[in-house]
Amino acid sequence: MCGIAGVIHRDGTADIGAELTAMLQSMKHRGPDSTGYAVYGPADDLVVIRFVLAEPNKSTGIGMAERLERNRAEVESRLAKIGAEVATVTSETGYAFRATIRYGGDLKALADYLEDVPGCEVLSLGSSLEIIKDLGDASTVSDQYNLGSFRGTHGIGHVRMATESEVDLASAHPYWAYPFADVAVVHNGQLTNYHQWRRRLEQHGHRFQSECDSEIIAVYLAEYMSRGLTLETSMKHSLDDLDGVFTYVCVTGNQLGVAKDEMAAKPLVLFESEPLVAVATEEVAIRSLVKREVETRDPYEREVLVWQV
Amino acid sequence: MAGVGSRSGVSYDARGLVEPHADMPDNVEVDGGRARFDAADLTIRQINMALRKLIYDDGITDVTILNPASKHSLAVGILKRCRIHFEGSPGWFACGLIDGPEVTINGRVGWSVAENMMSGVVTIERSAGSLTGAAIRGGDLIVKGDVGARTGIDQKGGTIIVLGDVGINTGFMMQRGRQIICGNAGVNLGDSMYDGEIYVAGTVASLGVDCVPGEWNDADTELIERKFRIHGLGVPPEFQKFVCGKVLHNYDQLEPSERKLVIH
Repeated sequence: MCGIAGVIHRDGTADIGAELTAMLQSMKHRGPDSTGYAVYGPADDLVVIRFVLAEPNKSTGIGMAERLERNRAEVESRLAKIGAEVATVTSETGYAFRATIRYGGDLKALADYLEDVPGCEVLSLGSSLEIIKDLGDASTVSDQYNLGSFRGTHGIGHVRMATESEVDLASAHPYWAYPFADVAVVHNGQLTNYHQWRRRLEQHGHRFQSECDSEIIAVYLAEYMSRGLTLETSMKHSLDDLDGVFTYVCVTGNQLGVAKDEMAAKPLVLFESEPLVAVATEEVAIRSLVKREVETRDPYEREVLVWQV
Repeated sequence: MAGVGSRSGVSYDARGLVEPHADMPDNVEVDGGRARFDAADLTIRQINMALRKLIYDDGITDVTILNPASKHSLAVGILKRCRIHFEGSPGWFACGLIDGPEVTINGRVGWSVAENMMSGVVTIERSAGSLTGAAIRGGDLIVKGDVGARTGIDQKGGTIIVLGDVGINTGFMMQRGRQIICGNAGVNLGDSMYDGEIYVAGTVASLGVDCVPGEWNDADTELIERKFRIHGLGVPPEFQKFVCGKVLHNYDQLEPSERKLVIH
């Protein structure tokens, strides 16, 4: 059991960090183990990289501070070697980092080169996407990463109850659709043909950060979008190819989409107005965002819906 | 109007929700046999505690709850005849396991409304989520909007009326009772049903395993007209009737004790 949420403002930027935190915190009962966000700030010339150098519960201990500093220096060195101009590197935690760079090269090559540094995992890459995830509930993670002041147009979030994999960052959502810039996914459900699709996608050169079945969706969408298909078409294909019970929400630089499997076994409720679309596992999350009685609906089985900024 | 006052550290009765850490809300207004309170700033426990105290201890027969704000598990397990009104939308599991109340919800509801209801009436003015009326044993459940998937799954009695559309697997493994769907039905209608009747006025995307068209009779007409008249739903549309084909579950091979379990 997990909780997912998404919000898109079609009329400009808003406090989406605070909005998603309110939505996710209202669903804490669905998963207190970890919380994650994929949020979109204003796009500019810089590429934003979110990466971690250690799991939170393994980031302390003898020699760990020196190791983290050494690996951070190695990441910056590799950025320079691959031709990126580093603008900023910051960290709120000591193990999770945010870098902004000027870079016009291949993002896959960049991600692969950085992830060759011991302990390094690239959470997101793009001109506006930032994936932030950590252990604990939404308020804890928001406070840790100062998300209350994050302004943007759209984003998704996830509260996780670990059932089939570890309580760690690698298993926490959202998942970035490596190596596609600015694409991320959150998911509630179970995929029963995970191993089949993982083998298939690995043969096409995709890499996986975790053992979590949800990561398949992000990579699957990346694979189809790399063939020139739109997000909506790729999502419709996923309903035929992915087996199991699932509801997922995905985002690109200017879109937010939802998909429900053919059994409609996993919950999702939708609120749509002219400026704002909000989706969540439970109505209580919508009500934490819109403080009045609103008309909401449950998307039906095999529904794919996409909204644009 | 007189308030019932505020008490902290309540150790409530053994009939259901014992809430040692919840404070009784102090915003309940009582007027004769009627009461109302605003739930906007109350916890789920506080709302249910106030409701149960009013109905069981104070003899109130008509309670209005304002601003339920999609909170879960409200008005669950009320086993007494009374009237409960929600002004706003409760969340999941509203009115489950009730036996007797007449509930009106001036809003929408989340998943599993009136689950396991034994008797009474629940009327929802707008839409409902999935698993609406799951395993109800009796009473009438009316949804004036659309509902999600698996409406009346494992239904064992009672009547579910939906004025809008229903989703996939409506009436899945239904064992008794009636479903009256005025809109369209999604795929797998009545899949694996044991018994009961499903009436659909709109289109049916597909029938589930062992769900077949049924023969219309005067009792069907009488039932639908009576339910629409009782609940003020206007003139009923034309319906198709669907029943169990009784091929999947072969009653004749059951022992009497097994048959009793299946039928009841």
